Amino acid sequence: MSATDTADPNRRDFLYIATGAAGVVGVAAVAWPFIDQMRPDASTRALAAIEVDVSAIEPGMSVTAKWRGKPVFIRNRTPEEIEAAKAVKLDELKDPVARNANISADAPATDADRSAGEGKENWLVMVGVCTHLGCVPLGQQGDFGGWFCPCHGSHYDTAGRIRKGPAPENLAVPVFSFISDTKIKIG
Amino acid sequence: MSGGHSTYTPTSGLGRWIDQRMPLPRLMYDSFVAYPVPRNLNYAYTFGGILSIMLVAQIVTGVVLAMHYAADTTLAFGSVEKIMRDVNSGWLLRYLHSNGASFFFIAVYIHIMRGLYYGSYKAPRELLWILGCIIYLLMMATGFMGYVLPWGQMSFWGATVITGFFSAIPLVGNWIQELLLGGFAVDNPTLNRFFSLHYLLPFMIAGVVVLHVWALHVTGQTNPTGIEVKSKTDTVPFSPHATAKDAFAMVVFLAVFAYFVFYIPNFLGHPDNYTVANPLKTPAHIVPEWYYLPFYAILRAITFNIGPIDSKLGGVLAMFGSIAVLFFVPWLDTSKVRSAVYRPWYKLFFWLFVANAIMLGWLGSRAAEGIYVVLSQIGTLYYFAFFLIIMPVLGLIETPRRLPNSITEAVLEKNKGAASAHPVGATAAPDTKG
Repeated sequence: MSATDTADPNRRDFLYIATGAAGVVGVAAVAWPFIDQMRPDASTRALAAIEVDVSAIEPGMSVTAKWRGKPVFIRNRTPEEIEAAKAVKLDELKDPVARNANISADAPATDADRSAGEGKENWLVMVGVCTHLGCVPLGQQGDFGGWFCPCHGSHYDTAGRIRKGPAPENLAVPVFSFISDTKIKIG
Repeated sequence: MSGGHSTYTPTSGLGRWIDQRMPLPRLMYDSFVAYPVPRNLNYAYTFGGILSIMLVAQIVTGVVLAMHYAADTTLAFGSVEKIMRDVNSGWLLRYLHSNGASFFFIAVYIHIMRGLYYGSYKAPRELLWILGCIIYLLMMATGFMGYVLPWGQMSFWGATVITGFFSAIPLVGNWIQELLLGGFAVDNPTLNRFFSLHYLLPFMIAGVVVLHVWALHVTGQTNPTGIEVKSKTDTVPFSPHATAKDAFAMVVFLAVFAYFVFYIPNFLGHPDNYTVANPLKTPAHIVPEWYYLPFYAILRAITFNIGPIDSKLGGVLAMFGSIAVLFFVPWLDTSKVRSAVYRPWYKLFFWLFVANAIMLGWLGSRAAEGIYVVLSQIGTLYYFAFFLIIMPVLGLIETPRRLPNSITEAVLEKNKGAASAHPVGATAAPDTKG
């Protein structure tokens, strides 16, 4: 035991702790770039919005566009499909929220709120990625005549709302707008 | 077991010179020549050695395959086909590697079942067991990422589904998923990092294997009676006894492996993986590699919400839970008797567990519809009940059979029983075991 140890133990303890704390911060600062590099890079984040010409899509037809590496379903729904979707009561839905990025986050999942809105209710634009584990659902199949995910058996209705199976949410409606009567801009 | 002092005596001058500076030959001699093993080990105990051989084989074939593979979404599929058609012996190396992964898992499943049957996880071998569980987890991660590399349809969609698990985690799930993918969907950054990690993880496995063997050599091996070694007559030296037995088992195992490689190399694979990945089209039926199927069935069995946990998170939790529960087995089993040989009820439930695991594997390969979902739910229930209810309760209420006093006594009793059976029962079948 030297005299310095006993003379002022608090000062010595403080220095040890401060050194240790500085070391921890240093290690964390060095570790961060190694974690951060795994996140989506600048070229991936630069989400080029895409434009899709929908003039050739007749009622009952769909196209699939690729956006952010994912498929986007654009469907011109038939009047029967719209009627079928409108007839569903909200309390029958597994996910009662619209999941539409163009309107408020807590909007109810009515058919109008899922579609492109007033006057364009025949248009349904959705990210074609099952909300369960990311497969691409098949169109116009399943128990509700909408989409059916073959991976784990999720059934979506004609408004892309989850009705049966393990998926927790309705198919997501991305940010999009009609820039003319025949062109949609997604993103 | 390792407590005994070393009996290594270097015979040459060079041997003595090395021994005084870095006694690696002594370590090898003590671990693999003079090391005492229980005299009654059966062939179920040879899979540790087989697994070591398979790890080495996977690393060797993997390193040379990496010399010809290109981890780029536009090149990967073609480079694998180039390995198959153009690279000298490339077809053999790739089939060895892809079937080697399957046989690695066959061996590890037998090894784990051996541990569960003979109670190898019980004190003082808890850390040995946990290290084994860590190796198994690393194997699963390695196998999964390796399967993505050929960039076929199953590669792509398997990666999509499995990285999708993480999006089920509340709040940070999407952030973690994007961190794993390096984007918003499986794409070039994903393939690149999976290749890097697929190359890294086997060496991490090798590191944990060293710890696993170290822990084994501290506590010594268990044996079919579950009774600890008590005297020198209970053991035989590792060489030649265990070396010869392990070597023979390896030859038989590798012969079966070779049959698959040369005659049915694609039997355990999926034909969809010979179609190049297409992000806009999901195959009709996504299935993982066969060795993940039981866990895939558990994932899909949870089709209902449990309180605040939705079905998606519930499925992911059940799947990860089914592996996590293995880590707690040493404390879930309350029985004082180690080996199932002396536990009539545990033996029954154990074989039910094996049958159930195989059934879950079959269900994992079926579509997630109708009766398959119900059967998966029953199977999942039994899987968890085996660990969480049967193991703790059975240990308290089961009456075990009489235990022999020592390994030697068990062996002599068995030999005497077999020897006396001959003159008495004239029509008795000949011994099946020496």
